Amino acid sequence: MKTFQLTRAADSAQAIASAAKASTAQQGAEIRFVGGGTTLIDLMKLNVEQPQALVDINRLPLDKIEVLPDGGLTIGAVVRNSDLAFHPIVRKNHTVLSEAILSGASAQLRNMATTAGNLLQRTRCMYFRATDMPCNKREPGSGCAAIHGVNRSLAILGTSEHCIATNPSDMNVAMAALEATIHVRGTKGERTIPIADFHVLPGSTPQRETVLEPGDLITHVTLPAPAPGSRSLYLKLRDRASYEFALASAAVVITVANGKVTRARIALGGVGTKPWRSTEAEGELTGQTATEGVFRKAAEAALLGAKPQSENGFKVELAKRCLAHALKLVTQTA
Amino acid sequence: MPDQDESDERVEADKPLKFGRSTRRTFLSRLGTASLLATAGPVVTVFGQRPVKEEAMSSELKDAIPVTLHVNGAKHDLRIDPRTTLLDCLRENLHLTGSKKGCDHGQCGACTVHINGRRVNSCLCLAAMHEGEEIITVEGIGQAENLHPMQAAFVTCDAYQCGYCTSGQIMSAVALLKEPCGPEDSEVKEFMSGNICRCGAYPNIVAAIQSVRQNVKPEKAG
Repeated sequence: MKTFQLTRAADSAQAIASAAKASTAQQGAEIRFVGGGTTLIDLMKLNVEQPQALVDINRLPLDKIEVLPDGGLTIGAVVRNSDLAFHPIVRKNHTVLSEAILSGASAQLRNMATTAGNLLQRTRCMYFRATDMPCNKREPGSGCAAIHGVNRSLAILGTSEHCIATNPSDMNVAMAALEATIHVRGTKGERTIPIADFHVLPGSTPQRETVLEPGDLITHVTLPAPAPGSRSLYLKLRDRASYEFALASAAVVITVANGKVTRARIALGGVGTKPWRSTEAEGELTGQTATEGVFRKAAEAALLGAKPQSENGFKVELAKRCLAHALKLVTQTA
Repeated sequence: MPDQDESDERVEADKPLKFGRSTRRTFLSRLGTASLLATAGPVVTVFGQRPVKEEAMSSELKDAIPVTLHVNGAKHDLRIDPRTTLLDCLRENLHLTGSKKGCDHGQCGACTVHINGRRVNSCLCLAAMHEGEEIITVEGIGQAENLHPMQAAFVTCDAYQCGYCTSGQIMSAVALLKEPCGPEDSEVKEFMSGNICRCGAYPNIVAAIQSVRQNVKPEKAG
């Protein structure tokens, strides 16, 4: 690990002023905010991240979960994943979020990991994590070793010829289906970013993963009130029963009235370069009778643009079955 | 060794610190990152800006920073490299070697300790970020003559073979008692999945935990 200067921010304004001096908020950032550290410290040990300064934001007053008058939710940036997942209102009204978080990592890591940190979780692509291998995300222009390498766990949606790294987060997939809004404070003031616009596709600049700029501090995330009569569920498929990243996962939020789907929000994990909202699947569901045939059609639509690599062709069918089964499960309980 | 005279000058870490004499300049110039944080001003605590005696610096690691940790009820004034993980600090500085280093990347759970009552992977914690927090290691939950019920259950149930993962397993298991874990074995397995045992003592580990949760005298493993 390269050495760094460690500071603790007394308030958000100072944290922002400190971090604004970096040349980027993306891969290679000289200054990083540190929350739980579960991604950052890990990557610093591997020399994948080499910040010259860390700004500890853990003692900023961004650690609250608040229920809004309209039934929505405000989640502070440093709220721990375990606190969010076990919050009674989250379990009851935003079930998919609780299930997604509890399906990821371990109890220890969830006690450490923060809401904002999870939004910024980095890929598990082994070439990104190995500094002796080419990786356009870690070192722009060096090439992508995964495309003709070990790519079984990597993405089939949203890839480019420069990068096929999967976004590894479960929480992000649930947040995408719940249409979360990310609140950011930066050098130019505050702004809100819908989660669909927060992560960017790799294209020719895979080192850029989000729209964040130097100094941007995620202060909190808001969730809209649950749609009346809606049900939600997270289904994760993986090589082990626990403590493993998704090969494919589905977050579904659905409202069924008189046997017909009146509203659906669908996102996939483990298959996309970003949390993969599928408006195509939602379109196939809305207005249709909730049957397995319709669910399968929605799953086909979600994976229409899939581009499998040499080792992960199985993910196309796996993701379809994952989504169709998630829809079956959530409507069975409705 | 920490300078005892420093204790009066210690301030809460999250409050503004007075810059100490010439030390700040010396310290920042060593790091070479001063310009990055130059506008941070006095409301940002720069770790290591507390006054330290030059002679103390000379014989120690050059970028060491002062940190006070509360471990198993005892206060420790330390000087450590900012890169020092809590695990390395516990083992190398405080010689509390009960917490083990397995993967060093938060994947195996051998390093599990409690911070403010919650279990965490100490290998992914920077020690300096945990000043003032209550840190409990396996040495703090029981002693050889007065075992924690979970330690006693691990012995009775033969919940280990080589023993390397055991302290982490026990720290997780003790934390689990206060977590919203369901009553079934399957739920215990899920809550314990962050602790890997390569000997495969899992069935006996689950039995030990369940015996403590059900407050029954564990049956001795055959």
